Amino acid sequence: MQLFLARVIDGLSNGAAYAAIALALVLIYKATTLINFAQGSLAMLGGFVTYVFASEQGVPIWIALFISMLLSGLLAAGLERTLIRPFDPSDHLPLVIITLGLLLGIDSIAGVIWRNDPRAFPGLFPDGDVFTWGTTTLRWYDVGVIVSVLIMVALLELLLNKTKIGLAFRAVSSNLESSRLVGIKVGQTLMFGWALAAAVGTLAAVLYISSPIRQIEPTFMLRVLIFSTAAAALGGLDSIKGALIGGLIMGLLQAFFGYLSGWSKEWSWMPEIGNELNLATAFIVLLFVLLLKPAGLFGTKGIERV
Amino acid sequence: MALLEAHDVHAGYGPVEVLRGLDFTVEEGEVVVILGANGAGKTTTLRALSGMIATSGSFLFKGQEIVGKDPADIVRLGIAHVPQGRGTFPELSVEDNLYAGAYARNDKEIRADVESWYDAYPVLGERRTQQAGSLSGGEQQMLAVSRALMSRPELLLLDEPSLGLAPIIVKDLFAKFGELNRERGTSMLVVEQSAQLALGIANRAYVLESGSIAIEGTAEQLRNDDSIKRAYLGIEVDEAEHESHEDPADPPTDHPASPPTDHGANL
Repeated sequence: MQLFLARVIDGLSNGAAYAAIALALVLIYKATTLINFAQGSLAMLGGFVTYVFASEQGVPIWIALFISMLLSGLLAAGLERTLIRPFDPSDHLPLVIITLGLLLGIDSIAGVIWRNDPRAFPGLFPDGDVFTWGTTTLRWYDVGVIVSVLIMVALLELLLNKTKIGLAFRAVSSNLESSRLVGIKVGQTLMFGWALAAAVGTLAAVLYISSPIRQIEPTFMLRVLIFSTAAAALGGLDSIKGALIGGLIMGLLQAFFGYLSGWSKEWSWMPEIGNELNLATAFIVLLFVLLLKPAGLFGTKGIERV
Repeated sequence: MALLEAHDVHAGYGPVEVLRGLDFTVEEGEVVVILGANGAGKTTTLRALSGMIATSGSFLFKGQEIVGKDPADIVRLGIAHVPQGRGTFPELSVEDNLYAGAYARNDKEIRADVESWYDAYPVLGERRTQQAGSLSGGEQQMLAVSRALMSRPELLLLDEPSLGLAPIIVKDLFAKFGELNRERGTSMLVVEQSAQLALGIANRAYVLESGSIAIEGTAEQLRNDDSIKRAYLGIEVDEAEHESHEDPADPPTDHPASPPTDHGANL
């Protein structure tokens, strides 16, 4: 029971971080119906910028985070303007290739600058535990991450559903041509979307990496991106709420996969399942979503126009 | 000064030039219809006007040159475009569609305007939370027109509003256009294949042929001129088998005589 509870806490805390990156993916998808594969790399970069400010320059961590969110938003806006906007927004393949190129480019640049040595990342939340019960521990970090992500979800829901820029977002993703005809500046809307998604991504990366058991290195977002992509697909790709639920489900699945691999060591009839295999849960989920419910749990079903 | 003056307008898609020196005017408060065969450039005219395609020549709207402006700025000057196939936001709710129509506005009467469309078309009010894509064709056309009018335009561009709709619904729709024109004074530029209905609400009409104006006159003149009727309005009878939205007022037995000129009905 204690182990089970420990796994649930683990799963929710990881899942909240997955959900946060999934939110960034959803924001871009909502406006462009495009998955930005560079989202994780941009977030990783944001994480490093936060690290540089906080650990090397001694800026308080929350201020460092805020500065990095602004910087990554500016960078993403610039990338949208220079690399994305010149292309036809309705033709996805060139855009997908550009985001893949960005992923590789940003990752290698980060590799050159920061090498692949893991470094300690300053904590965002107080050290220590809220409570401990045998092997079950609820850290302040877990509480902090989950609460932060819930606040993010609430703010983004408000932004998308109650503001004019949110309406523009949804309109652009629904019908590009009509958006222009009603006076929406499509380019500016997408640029804002990229900036917002990058800022959300940076926050997500910092939430994830500030866990006391993690260290920052240039590849740390790759795993997260895989789980987050699965989470976003499970939630429906264009739903904020879906990203949250999808992220938490992925976190829990991953945690219970670990639980299973623990059993597999004890029961001789079961082949041993290595913990490394838990990335496979992401692919299994993606596969089942695509097969059984392509619109995801909360996604907008495509409507054929009459 | 006319509300809109088009002078020597050229436009097209890539290397294909569709409009070849177009001249026409729309006066304040007028309903003007552009008739013509498929491929004559009717839709292109409207797309050029709202800034959706590269255009050269001149469109003076209220004396201001709008060629080369962004669509988002043209709608702010007072031109709203209901594109062919309606162009609603299918995944958005009816209400969000109407609010999107007021995107270019910043005043405090947007809420009241949305309500006024619910009064005008109660079915939109009943379905305000439904996705626009789930409405019937006629309801979507009402929504598209209401959405365009949410920007409070002085000139409304309507591209084939009858397309794909049942004749009885089309009749209602055109009655509504006439009413909007009389009550709000909104000028309209209508592109339409259902010539009889369109001429019924129009003040003047142009016949577009291979990208330029072939004939112009008052709606009365065009409706009553037999040779024009046969040559240009009768074209549709010829193509009745291809066009499901044909105007039922034209009996299919009324086979048109050969047109007096080489008018290129099947460009």
